[in-house]
Amino acid sequence: MNDKSSKLIDKKGIRLDGRKADELRPLKLQVGVLSNADGSAYIEHGKNKILAAAFGPREMHPKHLALADRMVLRCRYHMAPFSVQERKSPAPSRREVELSKVIRESLEPALFLELYPRTGVDVFIEVLQADGGTRCASITAAALAIADAGVPMRDLVVACAAGKVDNTIVLDLHDEEDKLGDADVPVAYMPSLDAVTLLQMDGILTPDEFQRAVDMAMNGCKKIYEMQKEALKTKYMVVKDTEEKEEDEEVEE
Amino acid sequence: MPTYFEKKQLVIPGELLAEGDYLPGENTYVDENKIYAQRIGLVDVDNKKVNMVALRAFYVPKVGDIVIGTVAEVGFNGWTVNIKSPYNAMLRASDVLSRPFKPQNDELSAVLSAGDLIVAKIVSYDRSHDPQLTVGEPGLGKITRGQILNVVPTKIPRVIGRKGSMISMIKQETNCQIILGLNGVILVTGKTVEDEELAITVIKKIEQESHTSGLTDRITQMLKENKVNVEEP
Repeated sequence: MNDKSSKLIDKKGIRLDGRKADELRPLKLQVGVLSNADGSAYIEHGKNKILAAAFGPREMHPKHLALADRMVLRCRYHMAPFSVQERKSPAPSRREVELSKVIRESLEPALFLELYPRTGVDVFIEVLQADGGTRCASITAAALAIADAGVPMRDLVVACAAGKVDNTIVLDLHDEEDKLGDADVPVAYMPSLDAVTLLQMDGILTPDEFQRAVDMAMNGCKKIYEMQKEALKTKYMVVKDTEEKEEDEEVEE
Repeated sequence: MPTYFEKKQLVIPGELLAEGDYLPGENTYVDENKIYAQRIGLVDVDNKKVNMVALRAFYVPKVGDIVIGTVAEVGFNGWTVNIKSPYNAMLRASDVLSRPFKPQNDELSAVLSAGDLIVAKIVSYDRSHDPQLTVGEPGLGKITRGQILNVVPTKIPRVIGRKGSMISMIKQETNCQIILGLNGVILVTGKTVEDEELAITVIKKIEQESHTSGLTDRITQMLKENKVNVEEP
């Protein structure tokens, strides 16, 4: 594996896609992109393209899944057949079921589940194009969709990964680094509360490397958090801007 | 004991609003003596209480609220009513018929069928029980005419205005009867369709610009202008 991965970072410390070790991929976030959902968000994280839609809280269907003392959060992570090079069967795979659970558990701490018993919030995550780190991008988008739906939240959840490639700790792995690299550490984080809601590790790291990877991922989260805040505010600022324009027109009249 | 916001600032969930000697108001929560926002909205502090008007929220039933709902299902001894909240409301047959209800004599769908709109009052609701409705008071019951308009439920107080000033002005200027469902559904009934349309545009404008200053003046002006336009031809 080592002779293969030695190509992932060049002598100057530049990665395959031209980034430095602690650099994020370019991000684009948009809130309120779907009109039929209560809340929605779209994220472009490098080559990842992901849509998230949130519904609820609403009555649970089927009814027996409702809990008498709290709200139920349901997540469905799904990859479109065209999201990867080789056609992916649209049926939920083992990996997708697992990621749905992982994403749900990383979002649950952000919600006030006890406020609305017997109801459910549904989050649908559709990966349109995948390029490594989709679980992180999905969490970031899903948190925005839930906030956009008007569901009370403790904080937005942001996620970002770090890992080890060519004996270097790097931030935000893309597909190739993820596959050929030595380790991948996705972290989901609530920045205002300084609380980690997801921490996974795939690969082998020394305790020291692990600590550095987690720190790096959390720093990445904080950077994405700023963009997340910006995206959410932009949607509601648009309302304000149009009003100001209208006012100007009124003056002209 | 500082606050971390300007008056009417736009905040998002998780934003730190105040620390120390403040009380958490609506749409806020406390964690380790710090007050954070729960929703997207505009904050304000009123006498040490940090309040927030949510820009996006859903209706949570409250006993005594007047709501407008759609009959979703006709059941064995009542109706299930969709009141645009996380919980469906129940309307019992005996409440509508004002006499003992006998399943063998009464056909429920003849009284109210799926899709009918009703104005109702919430008589009971708590965490473990779905809201119960009543239509046994004056002004409540099936809606037969008029137009329906949906707004974000948190904006209803703005449509009402201070001590009802806004809504009574709209009613007066447009000659419309307006019933505000606290769940964000508004019924407008006027003599002509034009009157109704005017009332609806005005209410939509209030919803959109609910958080700007000088709104009442602009609405007054808008109503006056349009009234002239309607009467001219």
